[in-house]
Amino acid sequence: MQNPAASPPYNYRVVRQFTVMTVVWGIVGMLVGVLIAAQLAWPWFNFETPWLSFGRIRPLHTNAVIFAFGGSALIGTSYYVVQRTCQTTLAFPKLAGFTFWGWTAVIVAAAITLPLGYTSTHEYAELEWPIDILITVVWVAYAVVFFTTIARRKMEHIYVANWFYGSFIIAIALLHIFNNLSVPVSFMKSYPVFSGTIDAMVQWWYGHNAVGFFLTAGFLGMMYYYVPIQAERPIYSYRLSIVHFWALIAVYMWAGPHHLHYSALPDWAQSLGMVFSLVLLAPSWGGMINGIMTLSGAWYKLRTDPIIRFLIVALSFYGMSTFEGPMMSIKTVNALSHNTDWTIGHVHSGALGWVSMITMGSLYVLVPRLYNRQAMYSVGWINTHFWLATIGTVLYIASMWVSGVMQGLMWRAVNPDGTLTFSFIQEMEERFPYYVVRLLGGIIFFAGMLLMAWNVYKTIREEKNRDGESNLAEA
Amino acid sequence: MSDFWSWFIIIIVVINLGGCAWLLWSNRKMSAEEAKKETTGHVFDGIEERNQPLPRWWLWLFWLTLAFTLIYLALYPGLGAYDGILGWSSEKQLEKRVEMMEKRAQPIFAEFAKEPVKELTQYPEAMEVGGRLFANNCATCHGSDGRGARGYPNLTDNAWLYGGSPQAIKTTLNNGRQGNMPAMGSALGGKEGVRDMAVYVQSLSNPQIAEDPAKAKAIERAKPKFATCAACHGQDGTGNQAMGAPDLTDDSWLYGSDLKTIQDTLMNGRSGKMPSFGNRLSEEQIHVLAAYVYNLSQSGN
Repeated sequence: MQNPAASPPYNYRVVRQFTVMTVVWGIVGMLVGVLIAAQLAWPWFNFETPWLSFGRIRPLHTNAVIFAFGGSALIGTSYYVVQRTCQTTLAFPKLAGFTFWGWTAVIVAAAITLPLGYTSTHEYAELEWPIDILITVVWVAYAVVFFTTIARRKMEHIYVANWFYGSFIIAIALLHIFNNLSVPVSFMKSYPVFSGTIDAMVQWWYGHNAVGFFLTAGFLGMMYYYVPIQAERPIYSYRLSIVHFWALIAVYMWAGPHHLHYSALPDWAQSLGMVFSLVLLAPSWGGMINGIMTLSGAWYKLRTDPIIRFLIVALSFYGMSTFEGPMMSIKTVNALSHNTDWTIGHVHSGALGWVSMITMGSLYVLVPRLYNRQAMYSVGWINTHFWLATIGTVLYIASMWVSGVMQGLMWRAVNPDGTLTFSFIQEMEERFPYYVVRLLGGIIFFAGMLLMAWNVYKTIREEKNRDGESNLAEA
Repeated sequence: MSDFWSWFIIIIVVINLGGCAWLLWSNRKMSAEEAKKETTGHVFDGIEERNQPLPRWWLWLFWLTLAFTLIYLALYPGLGAYDGILGWSSEKQLEKRVEMMEKRAQPIFAEFAKEPVKELTQYPEAMEVGGRLFANNCATCHGSDGRGARGYPNLTDNAWLYGGSPQAIKTTLNNGRQGNMPAMGSALGGKEGVRDMAVYVQSLSNPQIAEDPAKAKAIERAKPKFATCAACHGQDGTGNQAMGAPDLTDDSWLYGSDLKTIQDTLMNGRSGKMPSFGNRLSEEQIHVLAAYVYNLSQSGN
């Protein structure tokens, strides 16, 4: 925020749009998550209604939290970060405006078609071909805006946050196109061009890199800007950021086959998926080290600043998930964990602990700056939100770990006569208490999101903060 | 795998891992000159970057995973068509495990195989094993208590489609069954004929419905047409186990006894599929399972 007089007029309009919608989609996506968690504990919550049933709204939940909430957060923050770190206004403001309305149209189309039962059946890529084409158009527009802005930068170097955002944009374009190659047979029905094992391999190449480039690289871009800005400290190591960036993007591309261990996928591909996942540990941790160590010299801020707490705890969950992931990709571990709730727990330690919390922390930094305020309406509420988010996440992932390991052990228990000790239904009955705890964790996490929405609303609407003091930033 | 693809895989793996190693090697130290500078000198929106070297423990962690990868790819398949020193494959692993389990279970089943099915039901141990086989293989369709579901026969009521003798049960388990009720809509004269016949079919197991004069008339109209049905279900409607035609007089219903369901059955026909387990279970396992199912039907009486 230095020397505002010298900075060019930044385009905040589109950033504001994406930022507000991030909060809105966060509420929608997490509410659907709470509903499907309730359905798993009590199937009654399907309400005997096809478009409210688990099979249709589970993809609505994943699409809403990943692409609506996460996507809006990534596009919005990337537009902010790329302008500020390149000291130039956003290229093609009309095209940037189109990316907002286009992306929103994609999300609305998803929210309508998924409950109606239209699905391509590819996980995290369920949307049918007309929507896929719209995504491609919006994404290309996004890439044009982003990279042109970088090309017009006022300095020689490109800041590391922009490398991560850039790799996320390129990789997602590539993944989206290949995994959605299909032959339309009618307006809302198509068949993929790949079949069988090859289709599965392409799907998980896509699926794991959606995690790698959407949920990791993109959010690392966010981290690399908002952590040093809020901590008011330099990035810990430039060299580490280079090495872990190149290693991360090169190695991630290989990790997909670990989703297909002990399947029809050839052994060589499974092995490569496993070893590259292990190699991925250090590059992943590079980002965590760089983020957390950026705080060195300012550790006291963990006590005084709840936003820093959000950012640092997010990095801790990131470190934990990226340790857990490589471990789960080891075949012998995977033989226990695959298809169990452990996977769900792992995903949510990343999704709630890392993706959501880094987004929330970043938005708490961003919102006052976008609306000419000194700070959020209530810093106390940020602190309350922090604890709701942390407790919700811990309840969620701990219950899924216990449930998942129990499932894995019960499924593999064998009697001396060679029969399985437990039938599937016996095992399923045992999950109930964990599903209730998971639901409780989800509700707590969701409550935090509601509090955030209220805080954001009050910050934008009120010129005073909660203590009644003026919250207007000095011009 | 052709040589081309094998080498293609090997080369890109080596380039990628080698690239990581080169990245680490070339960045392992900083020049003395560089180390003197506190930051890189770049400033982005107020953000500076410090000139810290790579953390040692992190560097070693990276090398360690690369070393593990080299060893693993030497021992196990991964580099294209190369099988690895250990000659391991997931298929061989499966075969070995299955063989091991079969060896372990074999004496138990050999003991059970000595007793005929009916006598075997008296052995609680055998019934426990049978119950577990049932839970693992049959419960998905027939329910964990064997009471079935719509379209999946209840095994506890002693009403049999193909016969309840030990031998008939074994045949069902080994070879599976394909039930087929043809669509009779047009043969019965369309909707009205079908409705009449549905009432008639109900009356076979529940004669007092004929007290309703309207239903009595329907029964009267349908009766002559039952000859078409009798080909499979018999003149008296008691069915034919040789072809799996259900007994219509026993008030045991596979799809439901309400008029709408019966009309649907008559109009569109039904197709039932019991898969064969002869390839999945051993002869001795089928023997124990048959005893368990036989016992279910007896205890249900």
